Amino acid sequence: MTQKSAEELAKKQREISIAEFFEKNRHLLGFDNPRRALLTAVKEAVDNALDATEEARILPEITVELLQLSETRFRMIVEDNGPGIIKKQMPNIFARLLYGSKFHKLAATRGQQGIGISATVLYGQLTTGKPATIISKTAANKKATLMKLKIDTQTNLPQILEEQETEWEGKEHGTKIEVDLDGSYIKGRQSVDEYLKETAIVNPHCTIIYVTPEAQQIIFARSTDELPPEPKEIKPHPYGVELGRLIKMLEITQTKTLQQFLTEEFVRVGPNTAKEICENSALLPRTKPEQVSREMAEKLYQGIQKTKIIAPPTDCISPIGAEELEKGLRKEINAEFYCSTTRPAAVYRGNPFVIEAALAYGGEQDAESSVRIMRFANRVPLLYQQGACAIANAIQNTSWKNYGLQQSRNSLPTGACSIVVHMTSVWVPFTSESKEALAHYEEIIKEIKLALQECGRKLASFVNKKRRIGDEAKKRGYIQKYIPHVADALKEIVGFDEQKKKEIEDNLYTMLEQVRGELEEIGVDNPDYDPELAKIGQDEEVPEEAEEEPKKMKKGKMKEAVGGDDDEDDDFDGEEEQTTLF
Amino acid sequence: MIPMAAKKKPGMEGKEVVQKIVDVADDMQQEIRKLKQPQIKIPLRALSNVEYDDKEGYFKLLPGVKERTLTASTIKTFAQTLRMMALSKQLLESDDIATKREAYYVSKNWGEARFLEQPESDNVMDDIEAMMTVNREQIGFIPEEKGGDVAGELVVIDVDQDTGKELEIDCTKFGSGAYSVPSSGEHLRFKTKAKFILAIETSGMFERLNKHKYWRKANCILVSMGGVPTRACRRFIRKLADDQKIPVYVFTDGDPYGFGNIYRTLKVGSGNAAHINEYFCVPQAQFFGITPQDIIDYKLPTHPLKEVDVKKIRDLIKNDPFVIHHKPWQKALEQMAKMKVRAEQQALAAHGLNFVIDKYLPDKLKNNKTWLP
Repeated sequence: MTQKSAEELAKKQREISIAEFFEKNRHLLGFDNPRRALLTAVKEAVDNALDATEEARILPEITVELLQLSETRFRMIVEDNGPGIIKKQMPNIFARLLYGSKFHKLAATRGQQGIGISATVLYGQLTTGKPATIISKTAANKKATLMKLKIDTQTNLPQILEEQETEWEGKEHGTKIEVDLDGSYIKGRQSVDEYLKETAIVNPHCTIIYVTPEAQQIIFARSTDELPPEPKEIKPHPYGVELGRLIKMLEITQTKTLQQFLTEEFVRVGPNTAKEICENSALLPRTKPEQVSREMAEKLYQGIQKTKIIAPPTDCISPIGAEELEKGLRKEINAEFYCSTTRPAAVYRGNPFVIEAALAYGGEQDAESSVRIMRFANRVPLLYQQGACAIANAIQNTSWKNYGLQQSRNSLPTGACSIVVHMTSVWVPFTSESKEALAHYEEIIKEIKLALQECGRKLASFVNKKRRIGDEAKKRGYIQKYIPHVADALKEIVGFDEQKKKEIEDNLYTMLEQVRGELEEIGVDNPDYDPELAKIGQDEEVPEEAEEEPKKMKKGKMKEAVGGDDDEDDDFDGEEEQTTLF
Repeated sequence: MIPMAAKKKPGMEGKEVVQKIVDVADDMQQEIRKLKQPQIKIPLRALSNVEYDDKEGYFKLLPGVKERTLTASTIKTFAQTLRMMALSKQLLESDDIATKREAYYVSKNWGEARFLEQPESDNVMDDIEAMMTVNREQIGFIPEEKGGDVAGELVVIDVDQDTGKELEIDCTKFGSGAYSVPSSGEHLRFKTKAKFILAIETSGMFERLNKHKYWRKANCILVSMGGVPTRACRRFIRKLADDQKIPVYVFTDGDPYGFGNIYRTLKVGSGNAAHINEYFCVPQAQFFGITPQDIIDYKLPTHPLKEVDVKKIRDLIKNDPFVIHHKPWQKALEQMAKMKVRAEQQALAAHGLNFVIDKYLPDKLKNNKTWLP
């Protein structure tokens, strides 16, 4: 084998464009299989649309249309009523990776990196060779701009294939994107259907009109006209900045001194704190930022860690609110009991965040399988990688046995229960760019657990109450059953007549039943429940002719399971089943 | 000393029992008519509610009672108890009997009040028995359990059910088999010249002694108890020993179960049957072995005590009124706890299969200092 010189090898060494990198690593962005690719494409477009409308303080109305072009090819059309995008920015936003408004600021928005929508365009281009079509209109009296865009994967720069002014009748302002891409549409869990439904649930202020590939139109109408408060942008907190970022910030800052740099570029740093940081870093407050060397920056970084700095402000994040979260859950699940909680804001790595949780118990939910988990981050449903998510981890490590659910060690609890967890933060830490799983920060897991425990305690008292009422109902059943036997046996032994026997029976009823008072009823009482909505994105979608059989089987199985239960709850569960199955 | 109890015959006549059943039910219906929740009082059948009466020689029932008030949670048991009382009344009035299992099946006609398992009906039966302070035979129920096997120098005089004639059963003439004690033996009479009764825990040991006609050699009657003696077995031995005024020696495994369950129950009765112990015990019984000292003296092969054995020993010393009353038993149990071992009857075979006949039992008969009370 002939040896190769460094020069020879150098010929092959060249910069890899980010677009090229993702072309080879599309799974990192959530395009790893056709079904997921379709979902990710829709998700990125919808997230952008929601961010854009909310930022412009417009009540979002979003249309999502999926057209099936061939067995494996779809056209995705997503239209919003946002502020529109000026012509100059259109190519960069839609056809350049890592270009965006959100990466450099800290605010609780859905998008963060400026990758998503461009990645969708790139994916469409890779699988169909076709450009994406974007139309945008910024005001009623202006014309709309139509562009056909591709990404030059070598340079990560947009290629404009076509650009024209056009009329967009009846539209005041907004943006529409059309992308052809390879995908696969399967209903059920982790489908576009489920994603849009869950999005609607946690974004009650938005209306989504969805046309499925089967040309069925589903309208998720808004249930409130109130926009969530505008996400406030905050400067970074010193604790949340890594060394590399710190060096970058020092390079680009306009400030003149280190002290000024610290007080102006960061939140929660006043002159005194700034001086203290400098002291702890053995640097002079008057040092010019551009003169800070890498070594000095490292000292500064360590100095920051040594200094006590107050936690960042938390008013910059707006949770959904326990009440709204619970309301959403009520639409989706017909249960006997709901509860929810919003935790006070907490901080991880200098980033403020809020955890909210809600749960629905009993009713039509399957008691024999693991609980259903619904995860959200900044109002975006997370449908994949549940196992890798800090939320699943926190649920597993909460002791649900105390709260009336079954649970084996280190696994998800079992029971007729759904658990919702939402994290809002100016920077949500995901385990990967596809943004499906929360990273395992200790502070985050702790907060999730606290929220779950709060809900759990309420759940426990409900479960206990349900058991008490069940016992009571059982006792009443007993009275009904056995009074005739007592009277009958007494009659047989003592030998009295029917009338006297009747008298004995009546007296027994009086004595035993009337002292027990009214029996409180527990059942499903949920006017908010929307069965049509609940069906969307469910796994039970079975073709028409096959529908009867499996359902029957399921019912039979449930009965069996109930029969095998311990004596205590036997009767009550039996009743339960009758009231809740249709 | 002949215990006082031996002089009495168990019994309340059927009529009396029926009257008592009617009285209990009548009280109850009167309470109900006054809109008062009726109660039934049942003597508490547990070791905690007996005392060892040294003079009488058996576990006597203390006045502890469990009161059951008719409420929503007790109504099922109430219904079942009353149904069972009605059945008992019916049986007594028609001079019939039902086995415990039959009674359980009769309950299947009671709809919702039926018993799901026989232990439930047995328990209700025991409650009624205790409530009336009678034996279950007197309320018309008999058990299916075997009363034990008998072989040796004994003639049992029974009555032919059809002809009413006397039947003489010679217990020496069963060859390798044995006479089986009936579930109710109040009518039996005996003829014997035997010098003692040997009550044996295991049928294995009984077989060996019977095969080699030990009863001829020692002029005795062998009874196999097969574990904890049934009521019928206890009553049979008691009646035989009282009638013929012969001593009773008990031969069990050398373990806490042999001492505390088998021997103790035979001699003084049990907590569960406290209301009838008076008739179903054998106060004249003496413990032959295997004692902890025997294990040492005869160098017997042993097994280590299990945790349950150790617990049982501690429990006997602390809670059993019989053991508490008898110092030698406390010493023996403590000795066993220290030795940490137990030995089975059959362990004697380690010294030769007939060691038990040639050496062990003759030794025991000679020296009553090796016995336990």
